[in-house]
Amino acid sequence: MALLEIRNLHLAMRSFDGEAHVLNGIELAVERRQVWGLVGETGCGKSLTGLSCSRLVPTPPGRYLQGEIRFDGQDLLAMPDAQVAALRGTRIGMIFQDPTTNLNPAFRIGTQLVDVALAAARRKPEVLGGGGRQAAERLAVQMLDKVGIPNAAERMGDYPHQFSGGMRQRVLIAMALIGRPDLLIADEPTTALDVSVQAQILRLMRSMVDEFDMGVVMITHNLGVVAQSCTHVAVMYAGNIVESGPVRDVLMAPRHPYTRALMQAIPTRDTPRGGLQGLAGSVPNLITPPPGCRFAPRCALATDTCRAATPPLTGASHRVACIHAETVDA
Amino acid sequence: MTEMTESARAYAFRRGWFRFRQSSLSMLGAVLVLAILVLAVIGPWIAPYPEHIVGGVDTANRFQSPSLAHPFGTNELGQDVFSLVLAGTRISVLAGLGVVLIGTIVGTLAGALAGFFGGWADEVLMRLADLKLTVPGLILAMAVAAALGPGLMNMIIAIALSWWPGYARLVRGEVIARKEEVYVTAARAIGASPSRVLFRHVLPNIVSPIVVKMSLDMGFAILTVASLGFIGIGVRPPTPEWGTLLSVSRSYMPDFWWTAVFPGLAMFVAIFGFNLLGDGLRDVLDPRARR
Amino acid sequence: MLEIENVTKVYPGRKGMFGSSAPVTALSDVSLSIRPGESFGLVGESGSGKTTLTRCILRLEEPTSGRIRFDGQDFATLSPAALRAMRARIQIVFQDPFASLNPRMSVHDIVTEPMVIHAAALGLGPRQRTERAAELLDLVGLGPQHLHRYPHEFSGGQRQRICVARALACKPDMVLLDEPTSALDVSVQAQVLNLLGDLQTRLGLTYLFISHDLGVIRYVCDRTALIYRGKIVEQGDTQAVFDAPQSDYARTLIAAMPEVAFD
Repeated sequence: MALLEIRNLHLAMRSFDGEAHVLNGIELAVERRQVWGLVGETGCGKSLTGLSCSRLVPTPPGRYLQGEIRFDGQDLLAMPDAQVAALRGTRIGMIFQDPTTNLNPAFRIGTQLVDVALAAARRKPEVLGGGGRQAAERLAVQMLDKVGIPNAAERMGDYPHQFSGGMRQRVLIAMALIGRPDLLIADEPTTALDVSVQAQILRLMRSMVDEFDMGVVMITHNLGVVAQSCTHVAVMYAGNIVESGPVRDVLMAPRHPYTRALMQAIPTRDTPRGGLQGLAGSVPNLITPPPGCRFAPRCALATDTCRAATPPLTGASHRVACIHAETVDA
Repeated sequence: MTEMTESARAYAFRRGWFRFRQSSLSMLGAVLVLAILVLAVIGPWIAPYPEHIVGGVDTANRFQSPSLAHPFGTNELGQDVFSLVLAGTRISVLAGLGVVLIGTIVGTLAGALAGFFGGWADEVLMRLADLKLTVPGLILAMAVAAALGPGLMNMIIAIALSWWPGYARLVRGEVIARKEEVYVTAARAIGASPSRVLFRHVLPNIVSPIVVKMSLDMGFAILTVASLGFIGIGVRPPTPEWGTLLSVSRSYMPDFWWTAVFPGLAMFVAIFGFNLLGDGLRDVLDPRARR
Repeated sequence: MLEIENVTKVYPGRKGMFGSSAPVTALSDVSLSIRPGESFGLVGESGSGKTTLTRCILRLEEPTSGRIRFDGQDFATLSPAALRAMRARIQIVFQDPFASLNPRMSVHDIVTEPMVIHAAALGLGPRQRTERAAELLDLVGLGPQHLHRYPHEFSGGQRQRICVARALACKPDMVLLDEPTSALDVSVQAQVLNLLGDLQTRLGLTYLFISHDLGVIRYVCDRTALIYRGKIVEQGDTQAVFDAPQSDYARTLIAAMPEVAFD
């Protein structure tokens, strides 16, 4: 049994213009020690999928139409709110994009970490080994040390503004991991950071995976980041996972026309000037989505069969949702 | 981008209206304000006893309690209170509108100049605005009104004088914030002159908070007008005005309660309506300020 | 085309009630020379001084010392009128297409605004301006049906096209591209990069392309300079900078590039 298993998840979001069908049958299984990159362009539903993993999508305006989100075998969608809340921070950790807004500027870093640790320990005493505030402080220093903050013990008394962007993101990682979660959801954790800092943070996250024996879902728009730091990747388009599998298999031999188009849009060292290919057309309106495969209107291979029904995600480990995948291979 | 069959403005309006309608209190405010504005226009014409509005008296029917003939009763001169309150709507709304408009125009100009140019213009204009803080608004208005003499126009000017600094402060803050927008830098980079930047790029984008403040202020302006009427330096009888009506009738409380309660109620409804409308508009136009 | 000679920009420190801040040197002895018709890349991370440099080139700020010359003329010595005319020749496209368009102006008003401001030099009447706006939209891949729409009706990529149309309105010789694709999705980024390349060939434009994305710089630029803490630490042909970086900083950056490549 997978640590996290999302089965046929459908989510609708109400807006002024009508109800948009934003997740259209998401299938994803995350094991411990796997780092899944969830990639796609603006509005493809990757963040909503991530938020769904700890049931943080507000309902309403959101509405789950069908499907299951099984965490350790239990369906999160069927759980009472209190039970889901108890999982957050203890078994499911979260990291968000902007490290400045997710730390309270009025409190010392140490205080914030200790609070999180104590809160986690109330649900899960083994976090502090039964100890109290002192144990929490020891753990906080230990965690800061682990995420690579020099002089951790002294920096406990510092305020968030005394840290650089990269250091703040390290603190947030420490905070997310202090309750020893089994699953970590990271939503664009390095997007706000400089390239050189990004590389450090990605290395850090990768090293934490084995140490904490956890599964990670990392949401990003950057395929380069996926290649650098993930074991697996799921490519999303307009509310569907169109292709998923081990990162090398997918990125070195993409089989879905959309994944291929994405790869051709990224400048690499061998791309000649003018050799990039943009993707013609635009993302479909999800209030009245096109019937069948949602990529069909922009796809050169689309046939009537594509427009008739949504193609299922098929395959063993490298899975693709395209009836023409074989044609693409040829 | 979705293909649209209607213009962008119509769509934006429909979207705003949808959000506004979500709140029943905002709708109530809109309905009340609409009713008040309609009454302000047609009030004197639909009043059952139009002769009372222009000062006619009917001493035979003094202090009649509310009845079908006189829904709000009659006062010490036998005048129909309902007719007076209806007619008073026009004066109160007109005065409130005048105060808010003058305050907005003067305040926006001062605030925009202060915020946009900074430096000594900012210092001078804002210290001038601070002067208002040293004297309570009502006292200042009383002093000015007393100096100018009674009358509707003088009262409006007197109140507006203590009113503009609020707008100046709001506009100055908004202008300073908008000045840093990328599209303002973009305009400067194409070589736009300062006045062009101010009038084309900055001011149009701060209309929303001003409109919201105007609506929220309307109620308070009406109240201030009534306060001046109440202490006798506003509109003089026989011109019917809510504050004046209230002032005269206070000597007949509590026996002839209707002479005071109905003008008071009218004020309450007007202020309540404008405040609800203002809150609703703020939610639609300026969602960040939502509390 | 554009010569930046020993430009230094120091922001004076402030003395306040709660202690004082030290002066900040945003640019320190920066020299660059951009040739006509080329794409010159400027790479730097946040706080490196690249934004200050663009502000100095656009004359939104005065350098503390050093000279900036465009087409042989020193900005500092120009009369206000000449400076205004110069403004029409150097244009800019900003990073965030959502913030750089005035939400209250229609596309028509946005694109014609530079022509209105420089009306005297261009000699275009209102009618001709509208015609030119339609041409410009066509040039950037939009259509005349978009003229009377407002910015919020467009996607990020389309807005960036509008920004490009506005930048080209006065037929500039040089365009500063300040992270023009950083806020866009990759498939849209590819379209915009191709559009920019295409426009450069057709109109003979000179680009100063500022970005933190090394992949984009490598794809677009002929020559590249790296700026770090206000100093140019490396410059040369793009190929050479990427293949044989000379400075430690360049090596670190290139090693950190998130590339879709496996070894």
